Amino acid sequence: MTSELDIFVGNTTLIDEEVYRLWLDGYSVSDAVALRVRAGILEQTGATAAVLQSDTMDHYRTFHMLERLLHAPPKLLHQLVFQIPPSRQALLIERYYAFDEAFVREVLGKKLSKGTKKDLDDISAKTGITLKSCRRQFDNFKRVFKVVEEMRGSLADNIQQHFLFSDRLARDYAAIVFFANNRFETAKKKLQYLSFGDFAFCAELMIQNWTLGAVDSQVDDMDMDLDKEFLQDLKELKVLVADKDLLDLHKSLVCTALRGKLGVFSEMEANFKNLSRGLVNVAAKLTHNKDVRDLFVDLVEKFVEPCRSDHWPLGDVRLFLNQYSVTVHSLDGFRHQALWDRYMDTLRGCLLRLYHD
Amino acid sequence: MPGKLKVKIVAGRHLPVMDRASDLTDAFVEVKFGNTTFKTDVYLKSLNPQWNSEWFKFEVDDEDLQDEPLQITVLDHDTYSANDAIGKVYIDIDPLLYSEAATVISGWFPIYDTIHGIRGEINVVVKVDLFNDLNRFRQSSCGVKFFCTTSIPKCYRAVIIHGFVEELVVNEDPEYQWIDRIRTPRASNEARQRLISLMSGELQRKIGLKVLEMRGNAVVGYLQCFDLEGESGLVVRAIGTACTLDKLSSPAAFLPACNSPSKEMKELPFNEDPNPNTHSSGPSTPLKNQTYSFSPSKSYSRQSSSSDTDLSLTPKTGMGSGSAGKEGGPFKALLRQQTQSALEQREFPFFTLTAFPPGFLVHVGGVVSARSVKLLDRIHNPDEPETRDAWWAEIRQEIKSHAKALGCHAVVGYSESTSICEEVCILSASGTAAVLNPRFLQDGTVEGCLEQRIEENLPAGCGFCHIPYDELNMPFPAHLTYCYNCRKQKVPDVLFTTIDLPTDATVVGKGCLIQARLCRLKKKAQAEANATAISNLLPFMEYEVHTQLMNKLKLKGMNALFGLRIQITVGENMLMGLASATAVYLAALPMPGGIQIAGKTPSDGSYEQHISHMQKKISDTIAKNKELYEINPPEISEEIIGSPIPEPKQRSRLLRSQSESSDEVTELDLSHGKKDAFVLEIDDTDAMEDVHSLLTDVPPPSGFYSCNTEIMPGINNWTSEIQMFTSVRVIRLSSLNLTNQALNKNFNDLCENLLKSLYFKLRSMIPCCLCHVNFTVSLPEDELIQVTVTAVAITFDKNQALQTTKTHIEKSLQRASTDNEELLQFPLELCSDSLPSHPFPPAKEHLESARSNSGIPAAQRDRCSSWIELIKLKAQTIRRGSIKTTVTVEKASPMGEGNFRNRSAPPCANSTVGVVKMTPLSFIPGAKITKYLGIINMFFIRETTSLREEGGVSGFLHAFIAEVFAMVRAHVAALGGNAVVSYIMKQCVFMENPNKNQAQCLINVSGDAVIFVRESELEVISTQQPTANCQQSCAGGEVTT
Repeated sequence: MTSELDIFVGNTTLIDEEVYRLWLDGYSVSDAVALRVRAGILEQTGATAAVLQSDTMDHYRTFHMLERLLHAPPKLLHQLVFQIPPSRQALLIERYYAFDEAFVREVLGKKLSKGTKKDLDDISAKTGITLKSCRRQFDNFKRVFKVVEEMRGSLADNIQQHFLFSDRLARDYAAIVFFANNRFETAKKKLQYLSFGDFAFCAELMIQNWTLGAVDSQVDDMDMDLDKEFLQDLKELKVLVADKDLLDLHKSLVCTALRGKLGVFSEMEANFKNLSRGLVNVAAKLTHNKDVRDLFVDLVEKFVEPCRSDHWPLGDVRLFLNQYSVTVHSLDGFRHQALWDRYMDTLRGCLLRLYHD
Repeated sequence: MPGKLKVKIVAGRHLPVMDRASDLTDAFVEVKFGNTTFKTDVYLKSLNPQWNSEWFKFEVDDEDLQDEPLQITVLDHDTYSANDAIGKVYIDIDPLLYSEAATVISGWFPIYDTIHGIRGEINVVVKVDLFNDLNRFRQSSCGVKFFCTTSIPKCYRAVIIHGFVEELVVNEDPEYQWIDRIRTPRASNEARQRLISLMSGELQRKIGLKVLEMRGNAVVGYLQCFDLEGESGLVVRAIGTACTLDKLSSPAAFLPACNSPSKEMKELPFNEDPNPNTHSSGPSTPLKNQTYSFSPSKSYSRQSSSSDTDLSLTPKTGMGSGSAGKEGGPFKALLRQQTQSALEQREFPFFTLTAFPPGFLVHVGGVVSARSVKLLDRIHNPDEPETRDAWWAEIRQEIKSHAKALGCHAVVGYSESTSICEEVCILSASGTAAVLNPRFLQDGTVEGCLEQRIEENLPAGCGFCHIPYDELNMPFPAHLTYCYNCRKQKVPDVLFTTIDLPTDATVVGKGCLIQARLCRLKKKAQAEANATAISNLLPFMEYEVHTQLMNKLKLKGMNALFGLRIQITVGENMLMGLASATAVYLAALPMPGGIQIAGKTPSDGSYEQHISHMQKKISDTIAKNKELYEINPPEISEEIIGSPIPEPKQRSRLLRSQSESSDEVTELDLSHGKKDAFVLEIDDTDAMEDVHSLLTDVPPPSGFYSCNTEIMPGINNWTSEIQMFTSVRVIRLSSLNLTNQALNKNFNDLCENLLKSLYFKLRSMIPCCLCHVNFTVSLPEDELIQVTVTAVAITFDKNQALQTTKTHIEKSLQRASTDNEELLQFPLELCSDSLPSHPFPPAKEHLESARSNSGIPAAQRDRCSSWIELIKLKAQTIRRGSIKTTVTVEKASPMGEGNFRNRSAPPCANSTVGVVKMTPLSFIPGAKITKYLGIINMFFIRETTSLREEGGVSGFLHAFIAEVFAMVRAHVAALGGNAVVSYIMKQCVFMENPNKNQAQCLINVSGDAVIFVRESELEVISTQQPTANCQQSCAGGEVTT
């Protein structure tokens, strides 16, 4: 006796969250059944293995049919074939587009191209995430990227509107899209200590202040591309380190203000010029695409690592950076105050987030 | 009444890409009704075309309006080659033809293609203007309402129940026409879909005419079926119960307009029946048949009143015409006389109803069934309905005679079915013989009386159990006792019926689903030989099915079956029997004895031991079941009951017969001779197997109950969460070990595993009950068995359930201890508080309950649902490139969330899809049906030539059934409804050819489209706004739940 056909169709589509997770994680039906058995479901429910197998198959088939709709979530809302309560629809979408930290760290900042897709086997082997799941996550990134890349308006809002994500997930995807578009390097060894959250935080600050959208809300790609004009202008900041007097004045002002407040005052004083040079040079180099990509590498090399080697506590870093950027306003010879603020406000936020072990 | 049909094509969405080059589609729409066709403009290069057409107007006869479906075809315009069809929508405009139903059909319909399935949606508006033209000779029956529901629909009142209507139409099956060799599968499928749609329309119109002739205005319990006979044709047949219904206008009408019993009796006298077809019968009499004392001496000849019906098929049991039996008493006799005459004017006193207005059902005799084997290739004139009409008439005649033998003049819960394999066809009919109250059957009944419970004089909850037949001349041997409830009338020891449990019946504990399953191998044979072989097997199958049922019933410790449905399916090399019923313990019937096992050869010691071991197991099972189903009937001492009636012989309510083409009648004595009823004799291994299989049926996991009736006896606190589902399984038998035993085991496992799977799948709904579990077996090929199950899972409140049962038991205990005087009042009391006016507690917070069952924490779900709504709201306000809002809408405050959820859906059609509930039941728990919008009767064919690519047979059928559900929901939503009740999947014919990578499936579904309002909302509405607005508000409210 073999089962030729075995289906269950409910007027309201049944979604088993547990099986959905296994499916999203890319397990085959037999693996999923084995995992469910291991989770003790047979004992809890008194079901037989055959029942479990049939149930799992059924859910997998349903998910497979839903997958097409999940590629364009508004379709899931408007389609008539599967009657699913709104809360469940949201859950389906949210889980489908959720990604693994380990995976996103591997592809963050990479071009979402066929080439990268070919590397997915390696990523799968490295992270222990099934290839199927890697593919899904990669395709999700790419799909969202394609849909929003040419759009006007806020990146996160666009994503949310077209994919019906929660705020949190929409912001994460905005970061992923932003990183993929600007190809920021995140894979270098010295950046390994950074989490996706760290990068996403920086991305959000950069989107808010450094993109075209920050100054003009009526352009295409407003949130995706950095404001080229702004990056060009950043060269003007060079005077802060090139002009010896200005640099000395800046240093003395900062030191005066922080004396007695900083645990690592002497180290700061000794390193001030190096740090300042580092931060200003990062700005000046951003005209070149290559250097834009290396932004995070540079920040870690030029600022995070020197401070960390001197064991600056986070509080001291914060005090220093605040003082460092505020004091520039008192430098009479410096004319690019607004530019400085636009650069430094974001950078300060990023650096503070990046500064940890 | 000719009319003007107006159609407007608004828009399409999610269309498939038809032009690979541009990834777009140039769509236009053809609107066809009868022979007239209109076209919209081509909407270039869009997958979401906005046609916004003018109103296309068709001026048509109402005959056409009833027969023809509106046919909407979406096509892709192609300049150089033929236009490609995207898909079609058939819209049945019947609901627009009677005033109380829908006034407009408007909404998104899935565009369906028989090869590709659903391909996008189209928004259509349909209206009908009818002109009154009463002078014409009526060929149409516009205005007659149709209901699939097998009880009086909730917002109506039955003025008269006229009786049986049937009709049958035949046509050549397009799939078997010569042209099918040259046309595409799509064209063939569409021809078939269209033909069946036309035939259904015609059938419905013809039945409507019959109803008008009977002066009725509605058909209740309408059941339409297709017989795919193959070469000899395609038959569409329908049966139903003609009624005159009155719409209940206000809630006040639900209350019985109480007249005093005496007045009622005075007003009862028979009014001249205005129906010219019937001749009047004697004067009517008060119906106080409960007040007389038992007087067996009065004799009464049945023949005196049973008149002209020619019963050529008299049963052999000696109860036929001429045998003068002793009757219960003069009143009973008069009652019988009166109803009988009222009924006998009808050709067939049959009723397709399974639940009845209070007082309608007086006594129940038992199940009557008849089967007949026919050869389809012997039909003289296959294109004409005469032969089939004659076949069915013959079977109905037989049923009628069986009922008569049981002392009954009517058959209720009546249904008909067929099973076809090649040229052999088994026709089956079954029902429950009953004695009815004549008041509902005639014109001129008193206003207001009908709602009144007639059994004010009858002890509630046991009257229907009392035997209608003559106890000294019983149609079959039965064990009679005095009713355990009133102790005045005789009752049988077990009762089998095809109807739902009467609402006033007193039940102890809970009920459960019982199934008897059986396979019999049969040699492959041709024509006559085949038919003979089948006819020979049928009696044995019936016998065994019956034995299984009886044993399982005893094993459950129960004494009655409701909703009994025995399906016999014929295949190439086997016959399958599947009987399903809901077992209950009726308080009025005696407690069932246990089951005793007796060995043939008691000499052997080890054998003896084995037997006693089995015996113990069985006794344990019975005890366990009694506990499980809470069966603890009050103990009644023998003295109260009175001495047993002479000759305590065996039981069996089943009276049935088989007839072959030759009209030969075989009457089965199912009483197992003189043996004691409950002794299972183990004389060979077969019998051993039987006993084993008896014990292998596992009860549902705790928290689950199941039944095949409308509601579960003993559970009355349903919560509002329902889940209707269809599950299909096909197994392939290994041809090596095809013995009857192996076959039985396979089939048993198939059904048991299927049930287990259902329990597992629905475990999140616990505590819940599977109601209206409907199994259908078919044998699509030699070694394939297909089982299709449709049912609804309803959650209930466990705590409350316990309470109610407790009081229930207390009550019955109380009852048992009271003496006869008080008995008269008790039923009344019982009716007033435990009975049907409020079968459910007012829906408590359905939102809450729905949420709590979903597995994720409520808070999280709240969040989830609120985003989507938030996003939707945003989508309406935010335009692309508007000011940058750095997501200021942080998690909405609880207040805000509440607002979003309570907001009814925005009026624009494309915001969200409204929820449409589907249920095989006639009601929706915790809700009130406010309007019936019309019958849904849909037929779909789906075919594929890329079976593997569509996920194999399971993927193919899963998608198809989901699509069928979607199309039903869309039609209901377009009618303005939010639910389908009495939903039934009447056919699911699945054929595959894996070698050719092909499969085909035909599905036929029906139900009643309704608007329901949650009871909780109803209160709000009634206090705040006139009910006219409830349609919008409830539809809207549903969306957000």
